[in-house]
Amino acid sequence: MSLFDYKVSDLHELLHKKELTVSDLVDESYQRIGQVEDKVQAFLTLDEERARQTAKTLDEKINTDSQRGLLFGMPIGVKDNIVTKGLRTTCASKILENFDPIYDATVVQKLQQAETVTIGKLNMDEFAMGSSNENSSFQKTRNPWNLERVPGGSSGGSAASVAAGEVLFSLGTDTGGSIRQPASFCGVVGMKPTYGRVSRFGLVAFASSLDQIGPITRTVEDNAYLLQAISGLDPMDSTSANVDVPNFAGSLTGDVKGLKIAVPKEYLGEGVSETVRQSVLEALKVLEGLGAVWEEVSLPHSKYALAAYYLLSSSEASANLARFDGVRYGYRTKDAESLIDLYKKSRAEGFGDEVKRRIMLGTFALSSGYYDAYYKKAQQVRTLIKKDFEDVLAKYDVIVGPTTPTPAFKIGENIEDPLTMYANDILTIPLNLAGLPGISVPCGFDGGLPLGLQIIGKYFDEATVYRTAHAFEQATDFHKQKPGL
Amino acid sequence: MSQISNEQVKHVANLARLAITEEEAEKFTKQLDAIITFAEQLNELDTSNVEPTYHVLDMKNVLREDIPQKGLPLEEVLKNAPEHQDGQIRVPSILGE
Repeated sequence: MSLFDYKVSDLHELLHKKELTVSDLVDESYQRIGQVEDKVQAFLTLDEERARQTAKTLDEKINTDSQRGLLFGMPIGVKDNIVTKGLRTTCASKILENFDPIYDATVVQKLQQAETVTIGKLNMDEFAMGSSNENSSFQKTRNPWNLERVPGGSSGGSAASVAAGEVLFSLGTDTGGSIRQPASFCGVVGMKPTYGRVSRFGLVAFASSLDQIGPITRTVEDNAYLLQAISGLDPMDSTSANVDVPNFAGSLTGDVKGLKIAVPKEYLGEGVSETVRQSVLEALKVLEGLGAVWEEVSLPHSKYALAAYYLLSSSEASANLARFDGVRYGYRTKDAESLIDLYKKSRAEGFGDEVKRRIMLGTFALSSGYYDAYYKKAQQVRTLIKKDFEDVLAKYDVIVGPTTPTPAFKIGENIEDPLTMYANDILTIPLNLAGLPGISVPCGFDGGLPLGLQIIGKYFDEATVYRTAHAFEQATDFHKQKPGL
Repeated sequence: MSQISNEQVKHVANLARLAITEEEAEKFTKQLDAIITFAEQLNELDTSNVEPTYHVLDMKNVLREDIPQKGLPLEEVLKNAPEHQDGQIRVPSILGE
């Protein structure tokens, strides 16, 4: 049994009863990493020396001042597009291979205030562009349930490290499904909060109007605690929302009597595998058994979300990634004849193919003569998608469906064909376009590979999403299964 | 009909400041053409009276007091610069190109 089979609240109690030290927890992390990391390959950088030092300091602290916060001493992994002062942050890109951040992201500062211990930085698709971690410039993270399968992406390292028991929990980021899809593939819990709930200061931007940071955990309860710690208005991010942060864990009552669930027919239709469909119908039966009611609804513009998303996210990316020019930081080409040449070669040598493809797609969609036809059109379609959700959520408490159309696919299976790879995200992308919160919780297996149930809520109503996810989790055993690494 | 030509891809790559080889131009033309053709399905929708959504939350002009604060120390800022000299970042000559 691993220490990370305990929930945060149990570990907290053990620490306070002096039956456990922070050093024990940090040992557990690095020992497990020593055992399985050569198979899983979730980490890009480990911060062992500093983590052990922090653990010592925290152990002294609890001896002198016994009451600490709930997340005190908990070992965490951080996705490598979130900047950490003095700890290499690469976005899994050659262009940032040696980047040494000079400040901490707001979420990292909040983790420090909560006194967690950062174990290391986690692999991802380069600049969060991808659904399999195969676009990392450095390594391919494996799915702990089956090492020939992808862990999902882009937060593949974040999900795989939690599933493999290398850390208690982790932070990921989600632009079109990048927390929920890998959480689903790896059999863990992943939450994309409402846009604006969590500060993006210090998150290396991919698509600024879609990106959100969120927690990946073993249980819904731990997820609620971690989101609590990182949420809130931040003067350094003017898109962070000035709304109250409720006590998320307080909403985990187990009571979903009378909860009104909408099930979009588009989420169980074409392209969704039969096993996935069945697992969602079974999950609905479980929720029904707990007193919830569900009805089929329609989100008629769902099928347009993928196209709108790729135009918009790539447009925003083309602007955001203009900063990587080989001048102020990052990779610089060795043989530049002029400044323009330096830009072009540094970027050509530093970025991988998927990143180049998206920068070019975005540049095209924003270029003179095409702006209205592609970029503006996609923003108008975004309005229609958002309205679909608003109409349904005016009548229902949550929307439920699968997180992904299939379980984890094989490494190498989709990498040659960008469109097939993109289709993986058809069920997660729409809510990024709308800015809504959504979670993936384990809801079954297909051939030994985990499946995820996606629960989508109203704006800033993560509490109801958590309540639903928790009630389902408590009524099922899927989250108790562990990969046989 | 193809949505994007080899010439356009080279033009876009230049706008995006990406050096690409002939081989890459050919590959990216095919791939981008497939993606843009896929995106053409948005034209099935009549959006003539639909306002675009640039931002999902209703926020405008988030203002704060203009309080001067110390900037980052020069030494820190230069730490990640590939080349620097006398406290300034060095690039190839711009004049006389």
